[in-house]
Parts: sequence; structure tokens; C-alpha cells
Amino acid sequence: MNVAWTLADDTGPGEVARRFTQHRLAIASLAVLIILTGLCLAAPLIEAGLGIDAAAVDLFARYQAPSAAHPLGTDELGRDVLVRLLYGGRVSLFVGSTAALAAAVLGTTVGLVAGYTGGRTDAFLMRLTDGVIALPLLPLLIVLAAIDLGKLGLPPALTDASDISLYRIVAIVALAGWTTVARLVRGTALAIKTRPFVLAARSQGAGPMRIMLRHILPNLTTPIIVATTLSVGNVILLESVLSFLGLGIQPPLPSWGNLLTGAQETIWQAPGLAFYPGLAIFITVIAFNFVGDGLQDALDPRASERRR
Amino acid sequence: MWSFLIRRLIQCAGVLLVMSFVVYALIGLMPGDPVDLMISADPKVTAADAARLRALYGLDQPIWSRYLNWLGAAIGGDFGYSRLYAQPVFTAILPALVNTLTLVAMSLCLALMIALPAGIFAATRPYSAADYGINFAAFAGVSMPPFWLGILLILLFSVILGWLPAGGTAAASGSSGFFCGAAYLVLPIASLTIAGVGGHTRYMRASMIETLRQDFIRTARAKGLGERDVVLGHALQNAMIPVVTVIALDFGALFSGALITETVFAYPGMGKLIFESVMGNDYNLALVGLLMATALTLAGNLLADAAYAALDPRISFETARA
Repeated sequence: MNVAWTLADDTGPGEVARRFTQHRLAIASLAVLIILTGLCLAAPLIEAGLGIDAAAVDLFARYQAPSAAHPLGTDELGRDVLVRLLYGGRVSLFVGSTAALAAAVLGTTVGLVAGYTGGRTDAFLMRLTDGVIALPLLPLLIVLAAIDLGKLGLPPALTDASDISLYRIVAIVALAGWTTVARLVRGTALAIKTRPFVLAARSQGAGPMRIMLRHILPNLTTPIIVATTLSVGNVILLESVLSFLGLGIQPPLPSWGNLLTGAQETIWQAPGLAFYPGLAIFITVIAFNFVGDGLQDALDPRASERRR
Repeated sequence: MWSFLIRRLIQCAGVLLVMSFVVYALIGLMPGDPVDLMISADPKVTAADAARLRALYGLDQPIWSRYLNWLGAAIGGDFGYSRLYAQPVFTAILPALVNTLTLVAMSLCLALMIALPAGIFAATRPYSAADYGINFAAFAGVSMPPFWLGILLILLFSVILGWLPAGGTAAASGSSGFFCGAAYLVLPIASLTIAGVGGHTRYMRASMIETLRQDFIRTARAKGLGERDVVLGHALQNAMIPVVTVIALDFGALFSGALITETVFAYPGMGKLIFESVMGNDYNLALVGLLMATALTLAGNLLADAAYAALDPRISFETARA
């Protein structure tokens, strides 16, 4: 598979933008993502506008059909489904983007050090990467999500914090997702470090840190951006799976995954509860995949020609 | 080739050994310990009793010494008892392994029967409406949350149409007969198949397009072969090489990926077993289940590399990346 990224020298920002806008599906997906994010960010406003409280339990209004007051009806505790969905979206989108970024940073660091340093460090880091890739991901993530943070020696103030499940899932996904970027960055760094401008920088006395950060890293932004965009969708999927299994985001904090946890039991009374959160995940993930695909085509036409 | 295989097998054994320690340590980090579970059932146990029990079972020893004890017993063939199933670990695992193998093998076959023709069809008409349609469907399949797919299938076929059971197995519901058993397999297999077909279609399409661009295809066309002979007779063999590798990799990944499908449909396979043993503090079972999943994934990787070297004469076992 294409580990090394071809460096297209003739691509200015204008040219990239032009190619991206030709990718109609990607543009439409970008619009969908912007609208969805806007709606999720506006969740408190919509909540106030509808005059309801998303956390208010009303056991006399369970499983209500959609109405003007509750556009998507109510759930098993009488809470408004639409507003819970939007609040869940804030969490899922936050986890998706943060964890993808964290994985990219970790992967870039590993790949850059391995590619530039070479030798034993490179061999060790790449063995580690191969090892992580060869592991059964999901069962191991379940174990990681189930461990008792207190036994790791973390202070109780931290382990008992209400939103610890949020940061924990970001950390877990980042631990699992850095390998793609690491291999990509290493391959490209290997190709770049023999180029004359790196030699020139070294001859002027630049240290390894400066060469890696100022001379090699800027040439890697394109592949890293594409890989990260493409991974956001996967991260959202992974978060939703873990939350669905009861190991990710912990209720009452809603996420698209944990909104579906109880939905299977109530599927006979309220099929809608099982439908909307999954639809939200599906639309978001497919949109991120299309945007990533479009970006890849726009930023690296030669690679896309090879793929098409 | 033998030296390649032996070297890789030794490497796999090494990875398994390292993993067994990592997993052992991780499981030790889970909430509670076996003595907590014992004394939770008996309120008369004092703190001194608990400490004596911990000493009796060696739980007061450091992690590495406990691990070495476990390893010694495991090498002797003793993997301990499963707490949830009250059976030796392997007696509990074997039926689950068979169930998952059935599920994974059938859905992989089905997925390939759809994906390979679809990928070839799309590749021979790049940028046509059919190509875009297939590509879009493949993207949709890859982006579908697997558990939601399962829930949707239950919603349609069990809740609305009432044709198929929502989950479980024939044995669990007390009914018998082949067709009755098969009915419980339909939705899980359909779910895993839909989840896998998109990725394989995209690989097949990409690989076929790449192959059709090569010189020997131009030669085949130039000597007057029909398009059908060119694609199926000349291109397919070469286009299949990377696809076969991905299939072998996928087989390993499917084993742990089936976890979600098995949980949604209450299908008693390896994934559900691992999930329940982790959640239920069944340490022995969780440890062996996870190691078995690792071994199967490694076997898939090994198979992929071996297939690659065997199929592509340009790659020898000596140069294949170890």
C-alpha cells in the first residue's frame, strides 16, 4: 500500500480549492457537517426555544409520539429525544475530533522520530507499530475501557470526576488509532530527509529537533490532514460502539452511542429511539469519509489517479 | 519457504507471550479481585479472613510472580476454571469458537460473492453511473455503525415483518430442527455481510483499475482479445493478489469484529464470550479468550503474508517483510 506520499510541487492553495469544489459529494458532505455541528452547538438555544429541559424526567410522558412540543417524541424517561440527540452530538463530535487529533499527534511524533532517526530506533518503533496493528482491537479496547483507574495510582479527585469517561475514551481511541499516521509519516519522512534542503539545513548547523519540526513536518501536513479527516469517522464509530456496550461515555452524559444502549430493549414500544441516534452517526461518518476522500483527490491528484 | 514460516511462527509465539503478560497485567487492573467476589457472597468474612484468603491464593504476591505461576500452569495445559460457566476454560470456549467460525466463514463467503463481482463491474466502467452507485453503496456500508445495522435488521425483520427471531440460538429457545436453527443465523450473517462487503468492493475495484492500466493488458487488447477475456482471463489473476491479502487480514479481524454483531443478536460466540467474561470478572476465561483472539488475528496476518509471497512470483519468502 502507498506508504510514501508523492510530493506534488505544483499544487497551490487555489488549485487545491478548485479541485475540491469539483468533488460535489465532498462539498455536500462538508455542508452537512457544518449544519450538523451548528445544530449541536446550538443545542442549549434550541432547548430554550422549545421551552423544555433536556434533563427533566417526566414519567407521565414516556414514549410520546412526535409533536410540536417534542419534534422527535420522548424517551423511556419522558425526556425530549431531539434535544438529547443534539447534546449527544456535541459529545460524539467532540470525542471524534479530539481523539483523531490526539492520535494524529502521537502518530506524527512516532513516525517522525522513526523516519528521521533511522537505525535501531526506527526498527523498534516500527516493530511496535506492526505489533499494535496485529492485535485484536475491539476486545483489547474493551479491557482498556473496563480497567479501574484507581488501581493505576491516579488520584481519586481525577477518577471520580464526572466527565472522566470523556477523556478516558479520547485516550483509549488515540492509543489505538495512531498507527496509520505513524506509518504514513515515517515513509514520507524517510523520503524527505535525503532531499537537498534538509542537507542544507544540517550543514548550517540545525539540530535534529529543528530539522524535524521546521523542515520535514511542514512537508507532511497534506497527508496528515487527509489521514486525520478520514479517521474522524472511524473514531466516531469506535466511540459509539464502546458507548453502546456501556464502556464509553457514561450516562447521564448523552452520546450517540449510549443513546442506543437501551434502545434495543425498547425497540417494540419505541422504534424511533433506536433509529435517530444511529442515523446521526451514519450521516456524520459517511460525510467525514466523503470529505476525506475529496481532500485526498484535491491535495494529491496523482494518488487519486492511482486509486481510481 | 520453510525457514520463512518457522521464523514467522517463532515471532508470533513471541508476540503471544508478550501479549499474555500485557493482558494479565491489564486484567489485574480491573475493578475488584477474586477474593472480593468470594466475600461479597458471605457477610461473615472478616478483614483478617480476606487477607488469609489472598495469601492462600497468592494474590498478595507481586504481579510478575503471579504471572509466572499462571504461565507455568498454562504451559502444563492448565488454564484454570471459568467462574461464569463453572467449567474448565477450554470446555467453555470451544462451542463459542465453533459458533463464531460458522458465523465469520459464512458471512465472509457471502460478502466476497457480492463484493468481487461488484468491484470488477465498477472497475470496468470507471466514472459511469453504475460505478458511482457502487462506490456510494460501498461508502455507506463502511460508514454504517455495525450495531445500528443489527438493530435496523431486527426492527425490519423481527418487529415489523415478524419473519425472523430477534436473537439467540435455537438451543436457547428450546426448539429444534435444521431450519429452525438456520433462522437464528440469518440476521447475524446478513449483518456481518453488509458490514464487510463495502470494504472488499472498494479494494477489488481499486486493484482491478490499477491492473487494467498496465502494459500487458494493452498487449492483450492489441492482439485482439475480447474485453471479457482481457478482464477475466488476464487482469483478474493479477488484480486478485492484493485482494487475497486483504481477505486473509480481514478473516483475523472479523473474529474480534463479530463481537458487536454477537452482542446485538445474543449469539453465543467468542466476541460475546470475551465481552461477558471481561464484564463479569471471569479472569481465566477473559485471559484465554483474548489470547485466542490475538492468536487468530496473528494467524490471519501470517496467512496474508504467505498468500502474498505464494501468489506473486516477484516476491519471494526471503524478501517478504518478516
